[in-house]
Amino acid sequence: MNHQIRRISALMTFGLLALLLNIGYTQIFNADSLRLRQDNTRLLLEEYGRQRGTVLAGNLVVAQSLKTGGTLAYERNYPQGEAFEPVTGFYSLVYGATGIERLYSAILSGSDDRLAVDRLQQLLAGKEQRGGVVQLTIHPELQKTAYSALNGRTGAAVVIDPATGEILALVSSPSFDPNDLSNNSPDQISNAYEALLSDANRPMDNRPLTTSLPPGSTFKLVVAAAALESGMFTEESLLPAPASLKLPLSNSRMHNWQNGPCTSSGKITLRQALAVSCNTTFAWLGMKLGADALREQAQKFGFNTSISVPMNSSTSVFPADIDGAQTALCAIGQFEVRATALQMAMVVSALANDGKLMQPHLVSKVLTSDLEVIEQTQLSVKSQVVSSATAKILSSMMKTVVNAGTAYTVKIAGVEVGAKTGTADSGTDESAHAWMVANATKGGRTISIAVVVENGGGAPEVSGNKIAGPIIAKIIRQAFL
Amino acid sequence: MKVFTARKRNIELILLACVLGISRLALYLVENATAFRSPISASQIYVVIAMVLIAHLAIRVFAPFADQFLFPLAVLLNLLGIVMIHRLDIADEVRAAASQSTFSTEASSQLIWFAIGILLLIATLVIVKDHRRLQRYTFTAMVAGLVLLLLPMLPILGASINGARLWIRIGSLSFQPAEVAKIVLPIFFAGYLARNRNSIASVREKWAGIGLPRAKDLGPIVSAWAISLLVLISQRDLGTSLLFFGLFVGMLYVATGQRTWLALGGLLFLSGAFIAYQLFSHVKLRTMVWLDPFPYALNESYQLVQGLYGFASGGLFGRGLGQGYSWLVPYAKSDFILSAFGEELGYVGLIAITFIYAFIVQRTLRTSLMTKDDFGKLLSAGLAIVLGLQLFVVFGGVTRLIPLTGLTTPFLAAGGSALIANWIMIALVLRISHTSTLLSAPSGRQL
Repeated sequence: MNHQIRRISALMTFGLLALLLNIGYTQIFNADSLRLRQDNTRLLLEEYGRQRGTVLAGNLVVAQSLKTGGTLAYERNYPQGEAFEPVTGFYSLVYGATGIERLYSAILSGSDDRLAVDRLQQLLAGKEQRGGVVQLTIHPELQKTAYSALNGRTGAAVVIDPATGEILALVSSPSFDPNDLSNNSPDQISNAYEALLSDANRPMDNRPLTTSLPPGSTFKLVVAAAALESGMFTEESLLPAPASLKLPLSNSRMHNWQNGPCTSSGKITLRQALAVSCNTTFAWLGMKLGADALREQAQKFGFNTSISVPMNSSTSVFPADIDGAQTALCAIGQFEVRATALQMAMVVSALANDGKLMQPHLVSKVLTSDLEVIEQTQLSVKSQVVSSATAKILSSMMKTVVNAGTAYTVKIAGVEVGAKTGTADSGTDESAHAWMVANATKGGRTISIAVVVENGGGAPEVSGNKIAGPIIAKIIRQAFL
Repeated sequence: MKVFTARKRNIELILLACVLGISRLALYLVENATAFRSPISASQIYVVIAMVLIAHLAIRVFAPFADQFLFPLAVLLNLLGIVMIHRLDIADEVRAAASQSTFSTEASSQLIWFAIGILLLIATLVIVKDHRRLQRYTFTAMVAGLVLLLLPMLPILGASINGARLWIRIGSLSFQPAEVAKIVLPIFFAGYLARNRNSIASVREKWAGIGLPRAKDLGPIVSAWAISLLVLISQRDLGTSLLFFGLFVGMLYVATGQRTWLALGGLLFLSGAFIAYQLFSHVKLRTMVWLDPFPYALNESYQLVQGLYGFASGGLFGRGLGQGYSWLVPYAKSDFILSAFGEELGYVGLIAITFIYAFIVQRTLRTSLMTKDDFGKLLSAGLAIVLGLQLFVVFGGVTRLIPLTGLTTPFLAAGGSALIANWIMIALVLRISHTSTLLSAPSGRQL
């Protein structure tokens, strides 16, 4: 019988080999395709099993992962909720991630190569795996103030430090609570998402970056810059300021706001024209300089390119192939000129920084979970938009707009404020958009601000000064007083 | 007693020390990874050490010449199983805490079954002084085996769990009689074949012109086939019926040396499988899910696919004890405990575990080779086949080498009936090994 027993033994050895080859195939060669199968919940559990890193604005935590004790070990949490959503984005089981959550996901999840040493240390020390930390440029108090100042009206606000390009506030209104889309219950997330999608106020739009509107009279700053840079005009140049202006090759006429001439003489200096926002003067100036000169100046400010902060903004537009009448309309920020709030904040920030436009950005540094810096954002000059002299003159002219012109609501004792209002025809039956851009300086520190309230926020009488101005005033007070 | 001086079992003692050390390390890794939530108590650990040492001493006294590897290897498997069950208990506890539901810890009861198993091992060694005496109970074993298989069919005693009627229930205790049949039936087969192997092998009568064994001799294999089909039909237990059939065909081959039995058995198996496939929806379902489990990944093949994901997640080296998601697989503590090991110890760990099994089987077959008497030879070969075939069917099933059938992973899986049966099995092999070593020794003496 021993012969048969040896045979049985051989047969069993064969069976053992078959088992091991088969499981080896599953565990090694076929493992990746099994791991990546959609119904394999392990990937998700792994992602939610690690402590995703924190996002900080100043010392304030704006995104963090909290232990749940549930099947998914951690849940994403946004202690500041909706005010910071345009910056943080959300991190959803069902809908993926947006904003910083998406663009810095490798850092936050800890999978970035630069965190390899950090990971190894955590492993060796037997600590739980934690992702890296993202430090924002956002100034938490300014962000909160700007958000509450918009008070639910549809619009956007952007605050930039002109010397560095750091974005101090990036506000979209109305917003939504990212916690609703980032909890660990897929059903709740789907319901919340559907509700947000069907909301007529479009709370998921990131307005400061992606809503391009006609900038109206705030665009006159770009035209004035082109005029000064052309060498043909100074701030004291006397320019025509009629009650209306016939547009070339067209039967229509352009009127001033309130349909009167800007001065009794019919002539006006450039400084004064900006202060009272004289449409006919700037239309005339635009035609005089020509569409190409305006477009070139606008592009130096960032028009016609997409800006990445690192979220991509919509491209602000100065149109191509326009005739004289269209150029006149473009010169007062109408026709097909479109700008995001970020773009208009960049315009004034360049004027406050000797004509140098700094690359705007939201992240100042990236750190390990132990707060060792692994990447510091390098400040960079995006372009020299105008000469230093032009920038100084325009800044001074903006102060005249506040002290003796249309932007009197942002006159604040103890702070030097320059601004420009805009009341932009929406091109529809709805009310005009209320714009204001401003630079405010105190104690050698300057901030640049752009605010837009779409369709005036439903106010009976829309003006940039009365509607956007008070929001800017609140931001300036918060920053300096 | 002379036995103490006759042979020291120091190799076994050293191996046991290693086994206890490895198990303690595994336990530490699990508890460290799960932040020492509900650890195994020190007293439970002392009980394990005490049981192991008592059993070792008992073997020294009652079977001093037995194989020294079998016992430590079985202890290793059993303790690793308990560690893994403990790890899955903790996962259950964590999830139960989150959903505020109840959970059951199975590691503690598995520890009790371990202790009972060890006591039964000692008892078997004490009671069965010479395995050859068991041959007297050949037909008692047959009747016992049949009764055990049919017990769950009884109206009051029998209980059905997860669609298979395999249990008997007395009060809160449930017991799987088929597990005990796994040691009783080899005794019957070994006894029967030891007596009749020559007539089965040599006496022929003409069946339609072909020389075949007499109906009288053929009877047993046909009835074994019938029994396994009966089990299959009545209890929906594919695995056990396959095991018994394979066991009998294998033992018949060992007894007669005629490969025709293997061929005939194979033929009967295939036809039986074909008929079962045609007749039973659950057999059809198992086959369908085996061929391509992924379309049914959320329903019929959920467990199998989750198990495969576990193996894949483990990769070559595993995620580390206590650090995987092995609890995602339904019945990870029992039917799918190999996927838990595959996930947390990786391919390397599974190779180690299969080699432990292979080593136990090989030591049992070696015992069989060394044994002079036919009964002991056949019994130990049968027990080796039971163990090897079980592992193949379970491991092959969870890894999709063959269709999934319900069999317990010997020594590892949670479940008392199987565990105590396995320990009695080890005792029987130790006994046969002791007797045969003693008899083949130059100064051998009859007991």
